[in-house]
Amino acid sequence: MTDEAHDRPQGITRWLFSTNHKDIGTLYLIFALTMFFIGGLFAMVIRMELFQPGLQFVDPLMYNQMLTLHALVMIFGAVMPAFVGMANWLIPMMIGAPDMALPRLNNWSFWLLPFAFTLLLSTLFMQGGAPAGGWTMYPPLVFQMGMAFPFVVFAIHLMGISSVMGAINVITTVFNMRAPGMTFGKLPLFVWTWIITAFLLIAAMPVLAGAMTMLLTDKYFGTSFFNAAGGGDPVMFQHVFWFFGHPEVYIMILPAFGIVSQIVPTFARKPLFGYRSMIYAVVSIALLSFIVWAHHMFTVGMPLAGELFFMYSTMLIAVPTGVKVFNWVATMWRGAMTFETPMLWALCFIILFTIGGFSGLMLGLVPVDFQYQDTYFVVAHFHYVLVTGAVFAIIGGIYYWLPKWTGHMYDEGLGKAHFWLSIISVNILFFPQHFLGLAGMPRRIADYAVQFTEWNMISSIGGFVFGASQLLFLYIVIRTIRGGTKASDQVWEGAQGLEWTLSSPPPHHSFTVAPEVH
Amino acid sequence: MPTRRIMNISHAVVALMFAAACHPVAADYSLNLTQGVTSISQRAYQLHMIALWICVAIGIVVFGAIFWSVARHRKSRGVTPAQFHENTRLEVIWSVIPLLILVALAVPATQALIALEDTSDADLTIKITGQQWRWRYDYVDDGVGFFSNLDGKSAAAGRIGSGIDPQSVDHYLLNVDTPLVVPVGKKVRFLLTATDVIHSWWVPDLGFKKDAIPGFINEIWARVETPGIYRGQCTELCGVGHGFMPIVLEVKTEAEYRAWLAGMRAAQTAEKTEAPREWSRDELMAKGQQVYSTTCTSCHQPNGEGVPGVFKPLKGSPVATGPVDVHIDRVMNGKSGTAMQAFAKQLNDAELAAVITFERNSWGNTAGDAVQPAQIKAARK
Repeated sequence: MTDEAHDRPQGITRWLFSTNHKDIGTLYLIFALTMFFIGGLFAMVIRMELFQPGLQFVDPLMYNQMLTLHALVMIFGAVMPAFVGMANWLIPMMIGAPDMALPRLNNWSFWLLPFAFTLLLSTLFMQGGAPAGGWTMYPPLVFQMGMAFPFVVFAIHLMGISSVMGAINVITTVFNMRAPGMTFGKLPLFVWTWIITAFLLIAAMPVLAGAMTMLLTDKYFGTSFFNAAGGGDPVMFQHVFWFFGHPEVYIMILPAFGIVSQIVPTFARKPLFGYRSMIYAVVSIALLSFIVWAHHMFTVGMPLAGELFFMYSTMLIAVPTGVKVFNWVATMWRGAMTFETPMLWALCFIILFTIGGFSGLMLGLVPVDFQYQDTYFVVAHFHYVLVTGAVFAIIGGIYYWLPKWTGHMYDEGLGKAHFWLSIISVNILFFPQHFLGLAGMPRRIADYAVQFTEWNMISSIGGFVFGASQLLFLYIVIRTIRGGTKASDQVWEGAQGLEWTLSSPPPHHSFTVAPEVH
Repeated sequence: MPTRRIMNISHAVVALMFAAACHPVAADYSLNLTQGVTSISQRAYQLHMIALWICVAIGIVVFGAIFWSVARHRKSRGVTPAQFHENTRLEVIWSVIPLLILVALAVPATQALIALEDTSDADLTIKITGQQWRWRYDYVDDGVGFFSNLDGKSAAAGRIGSGIDPQSVDHYLLNVDTPLVVPVGKKVRFLLTATDVIHSWWVPDLGFKKDAIPGFINEIWARVETPGIYRGQCTELCGVGHGFMPIVLEVKTEAEYRAWLAGMRAAQTAEKTEAPREWSRDELMAKGQQVYSTTCTSCHQPNGEGVPGVFKPLKGSPVATGPVDVHIDRVMNGKSGTAMQAFAKQLNDAELAAVITFERNSWGNTAGDAVQPAQIKAARK
């Protein structure tokens, strides 16, 4: 190997041509944060319009574009890239490797994303506007999209390619680059959850690509996959979509489980209670995710046997999920806990994710799902698992590893202020949506009957405060990158794992000499 | 003096708080699912409450343990952390107990589901057709069928800058021009389908929603035991009018239902016999405006300008100002590949003639002609 391979390119080429796992991780995280604010902006438009009955700011067409883009941007632009960014930063450091196994593929995986999202967001300015049929893109409604249609399909293909390549990189890295002695039985939980996530990505994303391609050929090449008049079936799209969609849900939560499983033992100063059972639970959840998809579409009219099968399999997920929660609680039990910012986020993750799990269990019961389906009860449920679940874990993880990444401690006071503002506002935002759904408010409507006014106003106020609070997060992160108290290598008293043996910030090639793991 | 001032201020504060609590008058902080008016909705409600209380109980145990731990097992209390981990027996216990709870929950859920899916021995069958953005109800055994549109007052108040306070509209967005009527105590079987995109038919008090899917027919049933008016909405995103296709169900006694059915049948016959006569232009314009506002405005907008890039304008359009035959053909047969539907089967001869006349002579369109129902009748062949 020549010396050039170890050069540190400066300026824009450092980022454009980067093959360094930490630089690419940073790119992913900056991209995810940008998308989090763009998607958040769309959410603010939604909450403004829903502040009171009647239409005030946007017409229903614009409203539908906002809700569709909000979902696509948050799922594919914010949550998934944030996890990939953290995997890039952490996996080589956690397994004792110098970098990811496939650095050039890594560069390409990232640089597809800005193009994919430029394409997606440019549809806002096209004739006919952005996609407005929901992120689920059910036919035949999706065919009423204007000229944005092929752009959206292409953008989603790009995102899928990016995700699959990222997943291949994670698997290759973990299988081949572990330091001597770092057996699978010693891998940190974050790495374990990410391997399983990577397998889910490889299995699920091509299914989405297939569904999107079938939509494309239905629209432009005269096929009738989803058109009953041509012998097809619009419900088949929903089956194919959710066969991707349910594993996708776990793609967005398993790495969060991993992050929380790193944070809790550190601040409880006590080993994770059930390392092995945590891994078994994650594997069970991943396997179950492929046989529960139709619970997203109980109202399409399935045979009784089908409804029963999907109800039972869905209920089963509660068992391994319960195991995870019980293990976190047992880890905290009789520990010696301190409550720095990352721990606060992890604690609230456990409580609020469990609340999302409760509503998930209720939604799995078909006879009541016929009442809950497509109401704000569902909106409340998936925001509890995605915002106070996935997003809270990501934010907690950022606070946890930011001193390691930047070499500076963040401002603890500001971090706690950010936490308390977020935790209070997010519950004001989403908890009343349970009541709205139970009272009969359908989701995805731009305007509503007057009896839903009060809870919507409260929810909107929570939304505005929650949105504004995240600007504080941006400020904290920028301030920490630019300077601050020097962080020690260990950073946290109770932290365990190879990443804490490196300097803060870590050297350019994390481990140039493989560490010995005992 | 100061005491009195403080008294005054405190009075004002109390009054303000009272006013805040009372305003708006219709304040509704409804929290829970409706019990509804069918056996199905009551079973759904019971299942909902059982599941809710189970979740609350588990929540108390789990969150209680977390809060206890947070309060007691903290470093600031000087505790030394225990180092225990891994306990297979405990892992098995906290897997098996939830499993048993789930089985207990699955039993009533399965029973309710089996009852819900049993559509046999119905007294009456109604076909429900969803389309952008109205419902059509056909009483298949009685030859009566009609469309049910959002009522005009809600439609007018709902637009941006309408200047009408939705609070002032009776049942804003939950009212229709012609409600669905069913007899009390009879098992009614609903057959659901759609003509364009997927819709979903939901009246919370009946205890279910079911998708209306183009090209397929879904079945569901209800037996309502209490006369009354029950309201619901479309619950599957179906385009710009998704929030604007409500459902109103009137449950009447058998006698009232029979009378209503006879009235509907008579009205439909009258419409058929009246249509073939020669209509004056003013009559056509008046009826046309009414048909336009219920059928066409969600896409083409009240001002006929449409939505650029999505819904074509009618104002100054080549079709609405060109040869009348082309215009008639477009309205009756739609345009494939676009959202423009075929209205031949949705509207009768007089309605089609009127709405086409209205479109050709409004918003500055000056075709000047009037289309007669007879022309439409001829075009149907």
